[in-house]
Amino acid sequence: MKSYRPHPAWVPWLFLAPFLGLFTTFIGWPLLRSLVLAFEQTYGPRTRVFVGFLNFRGVWQDPWFWTAVGNTLWFAGGILLVQIPVALGLALLLNRPGLRGRALFRLVFFSPYVVGAVFVSTLFALLLEKRIGLVNHALHALFLRWDPDFPWLDQYVMTSLIAASVWLSTGFNLAYLLAALQNVSRELLDAAAIDGAGPWHRFWHVTLPEIRPVLNILILLTVTSGLQLFELPFILYNDTAGNGPNSQALTVVTYLYQTGFISGNLGYASAIGWILTLTLVGLALLHRRLSRSEDYSA
Amino acid sequence: MRRRLTLAVVYALLVLFAGLMLTPFAFMLASTLKTKADFVNTLFLPDGDGWLGVGWDRLTLANYRRLFVELPMARALLNSAFLASVGSIFATLFSAMGGYALSKFEFRGREALIRLVLGALIIPAPLLIAPGFQNLWKLGLLDTYTGLIMPGLAPAFGVFLFRQAMLNAVPSELIDAARIDGAGEFRIFFTLVFPLVRPMVGAFLMITFLGVWNDFLTPQVVLQSPDRYPLSTTLAMLRNLDWNDYGLVLAGTLVSIAPVMCLFLLLQREFISGLTSGAVKG
Repeated sequence: MKSYRPHPAWVPWLFLAPFLGLFTTFIGWPLLRSLVLAFEQTYGPRTRVFVGFLNFRGVWQDPWFWTAVGNTLWFAGGILLVQIPVALGLALLLNRPGLRGRALFRLVFFSPYVVGAVFVSTLFALLLEKRIGLVNHALHALFLRWDPDFPWLDQYVMTSLIAASVWLSTGFNLAYLLAALQNVSRELLDAAAIDGAGPWHRFWHVTLPEIRPVLNILILLTVTSGLQLFELPFILYNDTAGNGPNSQALTVVTYLYQTGFISGNLGYASAIGWILTLTLVGLALLHRRLSRSEDYSA
Repeated sequence: MRRRLTLAVVYALLVLFAGLMLTPFAFMLASTLKTKADFVNTLFLPDGDGWLGVGWDRLTLANYRRLFVELPMARALLNSAFLASVGSIFATLFSAMGGYALSKFEFRGREALIRLVLGALIIPAPLLIAPGFQNLWKLGLLDTYTGLIMPGLAPAFGVFLFRQAMLNAVPSELIDAARIDGAGEFRIFFTLVFPLVRPMVGAFLMITFLGVWNDFLTPQVVLQSPDRYPLSTTLAMLRNLDWNDYGLVLAGTLVSIAPVMCLFLLLQREFISGLTSGAVKG
């Protein structure tokens, strides 16, 4: 349908102007600059030399970078394997027909998500502290043989980080999964039950395919956010600039930050940034292809 | 009978998990009210002969007094409130305007811009730290509120969300009818379109407010003067100075999260449903 009194052609541009102006200045331009920077050697903001692929080659041969990659992959894999199943389990419990207080439970589970990563890591640093921390206290009270000096933060770095992340993000995943579960058609489930399908069968063949699109998105979001882990370990191991004991907490973004802002090598940092970005783009494309082929088979 | 038994098990599991989720909050609240000696000796509240067997008279507000009298907590709270309010209001407004242009107008270059917005969704924030820092340095915006706020005012994510919401919720006929009646373009946007996507406005205000409030990386990179620090960097600084004063650090943490927690409790229904609406229907 055509409008009777057409608007002047510049109207949409007027509405877009603030976004486009700010985007170009503060995102588009730095994005292009980072591409240039990745091929330059810099010491502080003033001196720079074009060096070709030297930064990328340097990163490739840098053992610290690979330590960071290893830790980051452990973390991303870990939160994927813990966060999503825990959230799905809780969402299934909350979705039981006849359950009262669903909104209240959802509120409780969601509330840590409001707390920023900086504040979560300060809190978890004390929860997991050796003698005085709540976790060791409680475990010692439950199991007398538990050592109250159990070194969570010194030796179980990834476990500690994953625990903090699960507390922080379960509610977010839960909110999406619960919304998806509430959209699964009741009739379909009832029909399956009448046909003699048990609860496990109904979950696997009716519920799971229905919530699949949401689950797919959450898996992608969890992995991509896991690969960008920074604030949790950076604050938790603030005294070692985010390295942690034996660099067990060093992540890719922490290393990017260290090389850029502690060593002042912005070019090297940009090279790391582009390697991360290309990995994320690759994952997103792979994810799109996988979820598409799934749609066809369904 | 069996049905009721399963339901009882479900409740038990949910209560158990809810308790686990809430324990850190309880631990934090109790710790801020204790003296250093009581922090080491007792888990939650100190024992005593008061009501419920708790030594209420041993609780103290000294940690909070120190935060606000000796340390720059009040200033940090004000900084965070200012940055998050200004940041979220303008980011929401500009996103809604951009989303409106890309959903309800046809013009040359529209498809390219939509693709730009979709592409920008995947840019990870860490990539822009180094060049963004250089950029602000060139513009003379390092260590200023302007430099801290402005890069956050153009979220591609927001334009994308508002475009989706407006495609569904705003009928083009209504806009045309308003034009025939002689309404100006900005009047149409503010009095007709904006109210129709009110739930998304609420949810996105909250998302961006939280985003700025909880952001640590940007102020850490952009700011140098401690009196401009928001809560996130102030707390990190406090941790480095007074790490062994656990009660004080936790009091600082509690003061940092209490305002957003209250805001969330007030708006939680709109926030959660606004957040999840796109994913489930889309």
